[in-house]
Amino acid sequence: MSKALLDIKNLHAEIEDEGKAILKGLNLTVNAGEIHAIMGPNGAGKSTLASVVSGKDGYEVTQGTVEMDGQDLLDLDPDERAKEGLFLAFQYPVEIPGVSNINFLRTALNEIKEYRKEDPISAKDFMALVREKSKLVELDSKLASRSVNEGFSGGEKKRNEIFQMAMLDPKVAILDETDSGLDIDALRIVAAGVNKLKNENNAVILITHYQRLLDYIVPDYVHVLADGKIVKTGDKTLALELEEKGYDWLTEEKTV
Amino acid sequence: MTLVLSKKMDTFLSELTVPSNEIQSNIIEQLKGMDFPTSRDEYWKYTRVGKISNTKFSNTTAPSNEIDVAAHLVSDNYIVIENGTIRTELSQTNSDFAINYKDATEVNHLVNLDNNNVFTAINSGLFKEAISISISANQAIEKPLQLVFVSTGESNIANNRILVEAGKSSSASVIISNISNKANNCFNNTIIEASVAENAHLTLHKIQNESATNLSVSTEQVRQAKNSTFKINTFTLTGLLVRNNINIAVEGENCETYMNGAIVSAGKQHVDNHTFVDHQVPNCYSNENYKYVMDDQSTGVFNGRVIVQKDAQVINAYQNNGNILLSDNASINSKPELEIYADDVKCSHGSTTGQLDEMALFYLQARGISRENAKKLLVSAFIGEVISATNDDTVIELIQQLLSNEYGWEFA
Amino acid sequence: MAGYTEEELAEDLKNQEYKFGFTTEIESDKIPVGLNEDVIRLISAKKNEPEWLLEYRLNAFKIWQDMIEPDWAHVKYEKPNFQEISYFAAPKKQYESWDDVDPEMKATMDKLGISLDEQKKLTGVAVDFVMDSVSVATSFKEKLGELGIIFSSFSEAVQNHPDLVRKHLGTVVPTKDNFYAALNSAVFSDGSFCYIPKGVRCPMELSTYFRINESGTGQFERTLVVADEGSYVSYLEGCTAPQRDENQLHAAVVELIALDDAEIKYSTVQNWFPGDKNGVGGIFNFVTKRGMCHTNSKISWTQVETGSAVTWKYPSCILKGDNSIGEFYSVAVTNNYQQADTGTKMIHLGKNTKSTVISKGISAGQSQNSYRGLIQINKNAHNARNFTQCDSLLMSDRCGAHTFPYIECSNNSAKLEHEATTSKIGEDQIFYCQQRGLSEESAIGLIVNGYVKEVLNKLPMEFAVEAQKLLAISLENSVG
Repeated sequence: MSKALLDIKNLHAEIEDEGKAILKGLNLTVNAGEIHAIMGPNGAGKSTLASVVSGKDGYEVTQGTVEMDGQDLLDLDPDERAKEGLFLAFQYPVEIPGVSNINFLRTALNEIKEYRKEDPISAKDFMALVREKSKLVELDSKLASRSVNEGFSGGEKKRNEIFQMAMLDPKVAILDETDSGLDIDALRIVAAGVNKLKNENNAVILITHYQRLLDYIVPDYVHVLADGKIVKTGDKTLALELEEKGYDWLTEEKTV
Repeated sequence: MTLVLSKKMDTFLSELTVPSNEIQSNIIEQLKGMDFPTSRDEYWKYTRVGKISNTKFSNTTAPSNEIDVAAHLVSDNYIVIENGTIRTELSQTNSDFAINYKDATEVNHLVNLDNNNVFTAINSGLFKEAISISISANQAIEKPLQLVFVSTGESNIANNRILVEAGKSSSASVIISNISNKANNCFNNTIIEASVAENAHLTLHKIQNESATNLSVSTEQVRQAKNSTFKINTFTLTGLLVRNNINIAVEGENCETYMNGAIVSAGKQHVDNHTFVDHQVPNCYSNENYKYVMDDQSTGVFNGRVIVQKDAQVINAYQNNGNILLSDNASINSKPELEIYADDVKCSHGSTTGQLDEMALFYLQARGISRENAKKLLVSAFIGEVISATNDDTVIELIQQLLSNEYGWEFA
Repeated sequence: MAGYTEEELAEDLKNQEYKFGFTTEIESDKIPVGLNEDVIRLISAKKNEPEWLLEYRLNAFKIWQDMIEPDWAHVKYEKPNFQEISYFAAPKKQYESWDDVDPEMKATMDKLGISLDEQKKLTGVAVDFVMDSVSVATSFKEKLGELGIIFSSFSEAVQNHPDLVRKHLGTVVPTKDNFYAALNSAVFSDGSFCYIPKGVRCPMELSTYFRINESGTGQFERTLVVADEGSYVSYLEGCTAPQRDENQLHAAVVELIALDDAEIKYSTVQNWFPGDKNGVGGIFNFVTKRGMCHTNSKISWTQVETGSAVTWKYPSCILKGDNSIGEFYSVAVTNNYQQADTGTKMIHLGKNTKSTVISKGISAGQSQNSYRGLIQINKNAHNARNFTQCDSLLMSDRCGAHTFPYIECSNNSAKLEHEATTSKIGEDQIFYCQQRGLSEESAIGLIVNGYVKEVLNKLPMEFAVEAQKLLAISLENSVG
């Protein structure tokens, strides 16, 4: 039996200060080697789930647990979660003026290595790795030396996210609407990158609005997140059904 | 306490009649110990007031019979004020706004004014009747009220005091026009006290179109309560010396404040705009945009000041000042200031100064437009942005008409 | 969630120690406190100065007595009592050569991280070291001498090159320029002098380290750099002081003269003792720095300001010659109760003159950090250009960041652009870095370094590394 990489049990979370509950008892188990897609109507809590799991400020977990590979995540700082192997591809990657992608990633990679008590990577090996991984998402190697996301087009930013995922080699990657706004070519590149990075020992969670992405990255499970909970789980055919019928039938079904 | 009497002030006051009440005679007594600002005063660094301080103005000249305001009217609800005296027989008002005329003993002030400021003290000590305007709660008035201040005659001083009280959830706008009818070397000293209550929207349009020898100092002292919006648009077309002070205290959260200015000057005009937004509380937005087009030997001054007080978090404040110098002898002094004592803020200012873009001029000329017209087109485009930001068609039309009369500019 | 909050960051910043706060036990020759004509005569006599220089000092003293200390800057402090300062303190021994320098003094320099021996061998930087009031050692003199370059303490220059000194002293910063410049002109004790002959490109960075060591003293050094026609020099200046609970006054004057086609690059890393975390002690740094640009010349000021309790400093350029260029690149960091009012003045007089101003302020703790700048385009400065970018970064909700630019334009062919922004370090940026595995400290460090990079890049290599370290120390325990 494959082992659970991410195990979310009865997760309740609200927006700090406002006290507004967003996640209301969410359960999700993701095993090694699996791809999960999470879909759902606007405001269902999809991005909140990504934020809470990765430890963004501004949310309060009121109940439940999140474990990654047996390790409790909720008490860890965001960077410790990343060091444990959690990766979030941001819906809106932030621009950081003056900080080069290279410098940024090398600092990140070495901090992660230090955390895992591994030796730091040499400059030479690092650059070789950059060259290798940037090919994966067809990212111009010039972009790697520019400031983080500064002046990048929307597509370049998303490719840069996947490039960083390749560099950091996470156990669990959450892709938060990485497909939104991408044209079909960029979508293909991003999907191909994810497919190449996917293996028996890691897992990917796709948060998306569109069934289109799932033509390129085929999920093992499709979950519907509505009103802070997973209300339905199925295989990839569920995504097609959702595309066709929308979400209302599910929420209605629930109330019946 | 003995006051050291300033000789200049003594001369200045010598021909002026002080209304006979204790409040105002006390202010004038205080004033006698004060002096006019000099360039050593930081906020008067670029503006000399000798033309004001060296003139013996009069405030008792008989009213004129030849006042014509028709060309400047954009509302059928208006008050005409000549040299500081309200001319009710020339005015026409309806019941949209509650309007009262009050002398110094009757006025309930809306803001705290600083009578240590010489021009404020002169106004406080000498104004005859304040115009008190109120907008009742929840009232949305579509048509603006227009105040037409007319200067007439030789070396007359007008001390105008206006109070605007915008009630809760009300919305209204007031147009202040400054014009001249055969006036020479007159001095307009105006103070507007305004309070914008919770959730109210108030807009002031100031249109300064005085005679080329007139002098003017005006101060708007404004308080904003929570959720309110205050806009002030200043258009300065003429006048020898024009100084505007806008002081806005944002006292309630979630307010919006807008200040626009379009200044066009020529001859030996001197136009000085000082604005001050005091962000005392969190979650507010302010935006300022002043544009100057300076020709001949005219000089411009812009001093925009924003303070974000301690704990006034989540403030977005923007200032922009753009200047075009059309002549070799024109000059501009720009001083955008930010004082920030909170950290969760986004504030920025920009100031640009230059002449018209030669490439653009050339491009237009290459398409067959004369250089003169090409310049007019570009200037209109530069300043048109500020004019259209007023969002009031009648005001936009009037300004465009006045600019066309004065400078021959056409707006698309 | 156990995030590293800004409050904790602020706490860490408060608790960090000033790393250069040691004193050196050296026998010193310090004159009694107080200021009057006799003291000035005494200083002049001790330095065996010519009559004209004594006259210059006495005249300055007269002017100073009629001046009042300016209070327009956005800083608050108790004005120094000028009668309680000793105006001259010098290590007692005088040194013939570098090898004779007191080992303790050498150790001081080692602690400062400026081992001269090391630098002599490795970096090829010539160093003048000014401790309290007196220049104690100048290295590399011979090598520079071969090129005709004069680089010595100011006192030596007065003895050896009196005509050069007399010709240029006070021509850029006149005695009556301001209160502190007048005071300096009356009591300056030493400093550096540098002359680069026509057409010579100085092959190494010239460097001066200033240190206030004695308590109860002020430091009033005078720097004069003259780059003759077509020459080039890069000049570095570093400053430290021991940790004391009194406020010590540092009122220096720096004059730069770039003759036709010359270029001067002047870099400063200022790390005077900033006072402790409660705002006790620290240096009052009231400095007048100005350069005169002749035709086709260029003066570039770069400064990294991390120290001092109160800073009042506006390195400026007078762009007198046609086609001359002035630049100002600044990083000013204030923490705890530090106050800085700093910026530049670019006075455009000649045609086709250009200036660039890049100012990056970082405020933390309860500090106040102000940019004050003047861009003045005079009537005959045709085709003048200025670009000013002035950014402020806020790191706590108890500090302040202020911007006071003055833009005065009297020529319509000028093109001036000024932009300023104020913001705090973006939480979203920090979170993004953390999500990639960076600790909050490294994230802040990375972002701050990215923010100031544009300025640090202007520093000579050795200095840039030092400056980066200093920034890290100034915002330390939180910043990697």
